[in-house]
Amino acid sequence: MLSAPRENTRYFLIVEPIVEAIHLKKRFGNLVAVDDVSFEVFPGECFGILGPNGAGKTSTIRMIYGFSPMTDGSLKVFGLDISQNMRAGKARIGVCQQENNLDPDLTVLQNLEVFARYFDIPLREAHERARSLLQFMALDHRRETKAIELSGGMMRRLVLARALINNPELLILDEPTTGLDPQSRHQVWESLEQLRADGLTILLTTHYMDEASRLCDRLLIMDGGHILVQGKPSDLIQEYIGHGIIEVNEPTPTLRSYLQTLNLQYEDTGHRLIIYSEGSGSLYQEIRNNYCKGGCLMRMATLEDVFLKLTGRELKE
Amino acid sequence: MKKLILTGISRRFIRVWQRNFTVYRQNWKISFITPMLEPLFYLLAFGVGLSMLVGKIHFQGYEISYPRFIAPALIAINIMNTAFFENTYSSFVRMYYQKTFDAMMATPLTLEEIITGEIIWGATKAVIATAIMLLVISLFGLIRYPHGLLVIPLAFIGGIAFGSIGMFFTGIVPRIEQFNLPVFLFITPMFLFSGTFFPIKNLPFWAQHLAVFLPLTHLVRMTRSFSLGLLNMEMLWGFGYFVIVSLIFFPLAINRMRRRLIK
Repeated sequence: MLSAPRENTRYFLIVEPIVEAIHLKKRFGNLVAVDDVSFEVFPGECFGILGPNGAGKTSTIRMIYGFSPMTDGSLKVFGLDISQNMRAGKARIGVCQQENNLDPDLTVLQNLEVFARYFDIPLREAHERARSLLQFMALDHRRETKAIELSGGMMRRLVLARALINNPELLILDEPTTGLDPQSRHQVWESLEQLRADGLTILLTTHYMDEASRLCDRLLIMDGGHILVQGKPSDLIQEYIGHGIIEVNEPTPTLRSYLQTLNLQYEDTGHRLIIYSEGSGSLYQEIRNNYCKGGCLMRMATLEDVFLKLTGRELKE
Repeated sequence: MKKLILTGISRRFIRVWQRNFTVYRQNWKISFITPMLEPLFYLLAFGVGLSMLVGKIHFQGYEISYPRFIAPALIAINIMNTAFFENTYSSFVRMYYQKTFDAMMATPLTLEEIITGEIIWGATKAVIATAIMLLVISLFGLIRYPHGLLVIPLAFIGGIAFGSIGMFFTGIVPRIEQFNLPVFLFITPMFLFSGTFFPIKNLPFWAQHLAVFLPLTHLVRMTRSFSLGLLNMEMLWGFGYFVIVSLIFFPLAINRMRRRLIK
């Protein structure tokens, strides 16, 4: 199995991308939901699409798994034009949609077996795969439970198990952990990490930055249908924020003018300054000693800082 | 219509049918109760209660008792209701609330196969209900065999016609409550005026002509003829009528659902 070109790759690999989107566009009436989006997903990597609600994340991945036709651009999945090879392409993709669209009247096991039929998987094989997936997702003890009686976290794990029933070469997840409690989120993350370690290619959307930092090898951030940036999480933090963040509550005007004389980048929300620093302790010492009335702290820069800097802090809806 | 309607349909529609059958088996006992009890209730209320007032009825030159007149109509009404309600309310729940179609559309299934599977399933449910009703009504000696068995294939083709009409409405109604409109303006008038509980010739002249256009009129006439053991060439026309209704509404339903679901 070829792996994605990661940080320590010393030799040059020519790897055919699993997903190759070029100038992808999606229009709904007058609304352009996805505008000129280009990216590639390589075998074995976990690629994230980040963005606030309404950014065009779901519209983008729906085109990839053949759910909605694209308006313009070129899209190849497994090297094939997806619009011409819909059925063959979909057979090799596992999809975990945003809603838990399980069959509520059927049991956990039946949900998987019924779904396996959609892929023409023979019954005996479907049963074996279902049992092993339920074990993988820690659901085997609930296999005779009706899907409607499961907790939110269990439903999510069942949807994930269902997405794997056809042994997909590409797993597409639309906001896999939205609405889950912390325990369930971690369980889902651990399953996904396991799958990634086994070499499965994963494409996911999320608006949780901790999720993206933890799971994604590379990601893109989009807003209003456009790509804002694209790259490795660590590179993006380094490029757009730097090493550290100093936050100051209830800043004084003298601090603002002090920062301006230093020519430092900062964000001003009125009651708080978010200063992008190079991680030098001396600046923080200076601020804490002389300008810190309402409390201040220094912390590591995170992907969330990049996200908020690029997409803005105002509410999106 | 950009694409040819029938492209995208393979034998895989069976998978959708199987899914619905698997769910049906979960509570088949409840599904069996309606077609078992419904004819009993109607035969008791209308057959016993009303037949004294009604007396004998003339049908195609024969004089028959009132229970014998309405029993086949009950089967016809049930074929209409089972298929129409399955492909309206039930399909809508699967499409809109359970997002079952969304999940299917992320698999190798096509939208066309999903809709075909749903409609064939509706017709299958009509066949199951018909078989049960036929059995119950036979206990009263109101069906003549073997002719009466023709009602079974009729239930299938009639089910496809009514299911396709239902699915067409599923493709256009914004909210589930709005099925009230086709039910009130289409299903209820047919239930009453299609020669079900009284002969069409009792209607005013203009209404008799109107009734000819109602699909249930044809279904009732055919179930009645089969149940009485009257076979003639006209019955072939009846089958043809439902094939034509299906050929019109099946592509329409697919077209509407495509517009609704493929975005």
